[in-house]
Amino acid sequence: MVELLAIYVLWKREIIKLFREKERIIGSVAMPLMFLTFLGFGFSQASLPGVKAGISYIVFLVPGMIGMNMLFGSMFSGISVLWDKEFGFLKEIMVAPVSRISIALGRIAGGATTGIIQGLLLFGLSFFFGFGFSESFSLSRIIAGIILMLVFMVLIAISFLSVGLSFASNMRDAQGFELIINFVMFPLFFLSGAVSPITNLPPWLQFLAYLNPLTYGVDGLRRSLIGSSMFSLQFDLFICLAAAIALTSLAAFFFDRSSSV
Amino acid sequence: MISAIFMTTMPAITVNNLTKKFNNFAAVDGISFAVEERECFGLLGPNGAGKTTTINILATLLPLTAGSATVAGFDVCKQKNQVRQSIGIVFQEPALDSRLTGRENLEFHAMMYGIDRLTRQKRIKALLELVELSEKADVLVRNYSGGMKRRLEIARGLIHRPRVLFLDEPTLGLDSQTRRLIWNYIKRLNKESDVTIILTTHYMEEADDFCDRIAIIDHGKIVTMDTPANLKAALGPQASLEDVFIKYTGNTIRNIEEREKIW
Repeated sequence: MVELLAIYVLWKREIIKLFREKERIIGSVAMPLMFLTFLGFGFSQASLPGVKAGISYIVFLVPGMIGMNMLFGSMFSGISVLWDKEFGFLKEIMVAPVSRISIALGRIAGGATTGIIQGLLLFGLSFFFGFGFSESFSLSRIIAGIILMLVFMVLIAISFLSVGLSFASNMRDAQGFELIINFVMFPLFFLSGAVSPITNLPPWLQFLAYLNPLTYGVDGLRRSLIGSSMFSLQFDLFICLAAAIALTSLAAFFFDRSSSV
Repeated sequence: MISAIFMTTMPAITVNNLTKKFNNFAAVDGISFAVEERECFGLLGPNGAGKTTTINILATLLPLTAGSATVAGFDVCKQKNQVRQSIGIVFQEPALDSRLTGRENLEFHAMMYGIDRLTRQKRIKALLELVELSEKADVLVRNYSGGMKRRLEIARGLIHRPRVLFLDEPTLGLDSQTRRLIWNYIKRLNKESDVTIILTTHYMEEADDFCDRIAIIDHGKIVTMDTPANLKAALGPQASLEDVFIKYTGNTIRNIEEREKIW
């Protein structure tokens, strides 16, 4: 009960601050929107091998951009731990009689909610960029697709919030964190099939892409929204869930070991 | 029953041969002391003497290298959660979320300590009045002055009714008016509730006025420990606590003077 209350208040803190600083929401969707604009319009006439016939590039791209938005936002929110450390607030959190796991979970819950709000905003805006559901989709298929999209968004957010938290727990300052995160984030992004099918990559890069949990997240988002994917829905869900659990455990482990002073 | 009686007679803090090494440097070097319940105990020493490190270990924020320590009867290594339940702490540097309001900071703290809504509201209201921040409660902390932040932190440290309160330089960098105000809260607290206080400060007059006993530490070791009156009396009838402090920790300055004499 005490632990749940702690998770709740850690979550609430993030949400209060998110709505107090709305520019954070706008800022986070700026990058994916830029990609949508330049890649989407730039390649609108191109036909990429690996993209199913009848699916335009922009429609192929939108689930990838939602995945990208979740990846970038989640990875970077690890920095909030380092800001808390810098401003001393981490000590206030760490001296409370709450298990370190609950503290990590509270942060992940807050970050995931932020990510989903941003992801939904991007999803809504994508309709202005030419995204639309296939005409063959019934209303119930669209609703099911949106629910599934939310599930994948949550799982991607949890996984990469955990990665961000793991890095943050092992670092001293925010500058170093940004450097490392950029170095890790871009390969994860390009090796996920977010902008082009991974089947077009050389075999050794394809192999790396198969090790990337985001590949299955993006694939699952495509299955949910456009009905076309490399793997089955069950397989994507299973891998994303397993990655989320494994990475959360890792984050809790590192966070527990980290020093707050 | 027996254990209950035992608990009430137990010292609030016991420290035995406590040592903390960072790499090979001993920041705290085998110190031992005990603080009785309801006592106001002062840790004095020059910068870098090991005061904050000691407090961080007692507050379960740093692991110790050797020795042992208990707070409110709980071991700081093996019973971290019980220790955390029993203590309140005001850190040397501000530890507030400046993008939340004063009230939100207090709410956050109360919920982290599992206090129910009604009790929470009652205590927050009373504490805001105590530290005279009721009117500024809904202002973002980033707009608070240094003294307001300090008062808010003291209020925060008390919400969960700790048995032991750590104050690490509670008046650092504040004007005389605010310092006096803060010491008045601390004095009232110590008189009116059962809270044990352990504090560090650089202001000798403050330590002299408010502490029942004082330990002076330097280079990670306790160099002397007694009541302020006894410490001063040992030095002579006119001695101030400042004189005592310089006598025990002023080596560096004295060495320079000696060297100047030789030259």
